[in-house]
Amino acid sequence: MGDVGAAPALSFDGVSMVFPDGTHALRETTFDVRAGEFVTVVGPSGCGKSTLLRIASGLTKSTGGSVDIADGNVGYVFQDATLLQWRTVQKNVELLAELEGIDKVERSRRAAENIALVGLDGFEKKYPKQLSGGMKMRCSLARSLVMDPKIFLFDEPFGALDEITREKLNDELLSLFQRKGFAALFITHSIYEAVFLSTRVLVMSARPGQIVGDFKIPFAYPRSPELRFGAEFAELAGQVSHALRGAHV
Amino acid sequence: MSNAPVTAAGGMQGAIQHDQLNKLRAGDDAPRAAKKQHNISDYAAPVIGFGGFIGFWYFMSYWGLTHIWGKPKFLITAPHRVVKDSFIDDRSRTALLHGLYWTARVSLIGLVIAIIIGMALAIVMSQARWLERSIWPYLVAMQAIPILALVPIIGSIFGFEIPSRIFVCVLISLFPIVSNTLFGLLSAERGQHDLFTLHHVSRWTRLTKLQLPNAMPTIFTGFRIAAGLSVIGAIVGEIFFKRGDKGVGILLDSYRSRAQFPQMYGALILAAALGIAVFIIFGWFNNLVVGRWYESTRKSG
Repeated sequence: MGDVGAAPALSFDGVSMVFPDGTHALRETTFDVRAGEFVTVVGPSGCGKSTLLRIASGLTKSTGGSVDIADGNVGYVFQDATLLQWRTVQKNVELLAELEGIDKVERSRRAAENIALVGLDGFEKKYPKQLSGGMKMRCSLARSLVMDPKIFLFDEPFGALDEITREKLNDELLSLFQRKGFAALFITHSIYEAVFLSTRVLVMSARPGQIVGDFKIPFAYPRSPELRFGAEFAELAGQVSHALRGAHV
Repeated sequence: MSNAPVTAAGGMQGAIQHDQLNKLRAGDDAPRAAKKQHNISDYAAPVIGFGGFIGFWYFMSYWGLTHIWGKPKFLITAPHRVVKDSFIDDRSRTALLHGLYWTARVSLIGLVIAIIIGMALAIVMSQARWLERSIWPYLVAMQAIPILALVPIIGSIFGFEIPSRIFVCVLISLFPIVSNTLFGLLSAERGQHDLFTLHHVSRWTRLTKLQLPNAMPTIFTGFRIAAGLSVIGAIVGEIFFKRGDKGVGILLDSYRSRAQFPQMYGALILAAALGIAVFIIFGWFNNLVVGRWYESTRKSG
């Protein structure tokens, strides 16, 4: 996707990260995420993938290089749903709009719209403890969607879910991606998830993290769930897996 | 920012409540398990337990004390005598109920003051690690000081009447409020803090929209512990500061000195009942405020 001329929504230029305790998390990392692109980073545990997102969002300051983000309106979806347990689904989805000072009527309208979009209508009055893991994630997604961000950062959002729920949410995430046209930077452990979702998959090496593989995923959107069983899909997944194996050593 | 690691050592003292233990025993508090099932044994067991307790009391009063320890039986008054002499007898009943009123009043005032000071302290301490580290030792020290040693000082300053009793209540119930509130304030998940950081919120917004609501369950645990302690504080305070209105503690002391054992046991029962009532009221209050959303066995992140 993404026309080649488009300005990058997010660009990393020689970004490196050494933590105060001496942990070298990232070695000069350079890549762009363009508008309409879905870029996924796969890599071994502890290779600094999450650090990448924290730097992109400004939560962590890098120790070298520079990060450019075209629009300050960033959606961040965490590993845990990070819902506020004392708020209902409706109030959770309204949270970010509330923090940004958007008025009551408008934020409740936006919340209702996005709750419907992620298929949680009917659950507005429920509390997080009454939701399953998948539903919590949907709620978390809706919460970010309310601000209509131009770029989304996903930190292994579906890692804790069972396979079936994960695949279902993958399908739905893609339809959101098509519909909203945001740029996405997605972190995952799962090669299949990476290949299925992305326009591009980056493979990171073990610490200090560095991009050692860059794969274009040519499948057109919308992608049907059956895509996962095709030979071409398997071939690509194999290539990514091979690169990842190399990255482990 | 205050996502410093939780250092409230022992801050969760007694934080696992009765109902939480029950959930832990049930093994799984899946969302749908919220509806309580009552078995006959849920009621039968406490009733049998109470019967056993009364039986044991009679046993000690009529046989145990004389045959095992060789002591006179009047030291443990039989239950029916206690009820008759303390609660059926008009004079005793009036004195005891008045006492109950004054003790309850003092402990409630003390508790409210402790809640205000304690929460304010905890909020201040949650704002910076250096504040927490500077204030914490004094709170711990306060716990270790025997109130008996302070009696002359407290008395000289506040007098030997009600204000001094209230002071004892505050002194004794402050710590669990501070420690539980602080623990709650510092225990919001990192991801939740990140979310707020991403939206450049003020300290005030972070406090009121994230930390305080997140702390409500532990704050209530603190209140509950503090309420019980405040009742003890009021009774202990009355024993030291006897002037003015007669609370249960003063009655307890004067019945003791006059060897009026039935009334003394009556006063003890009232003191215990007040403690239980306070515990139940705060439990009920807790359910009202956080019961809808609070999941007691949370995954630690």
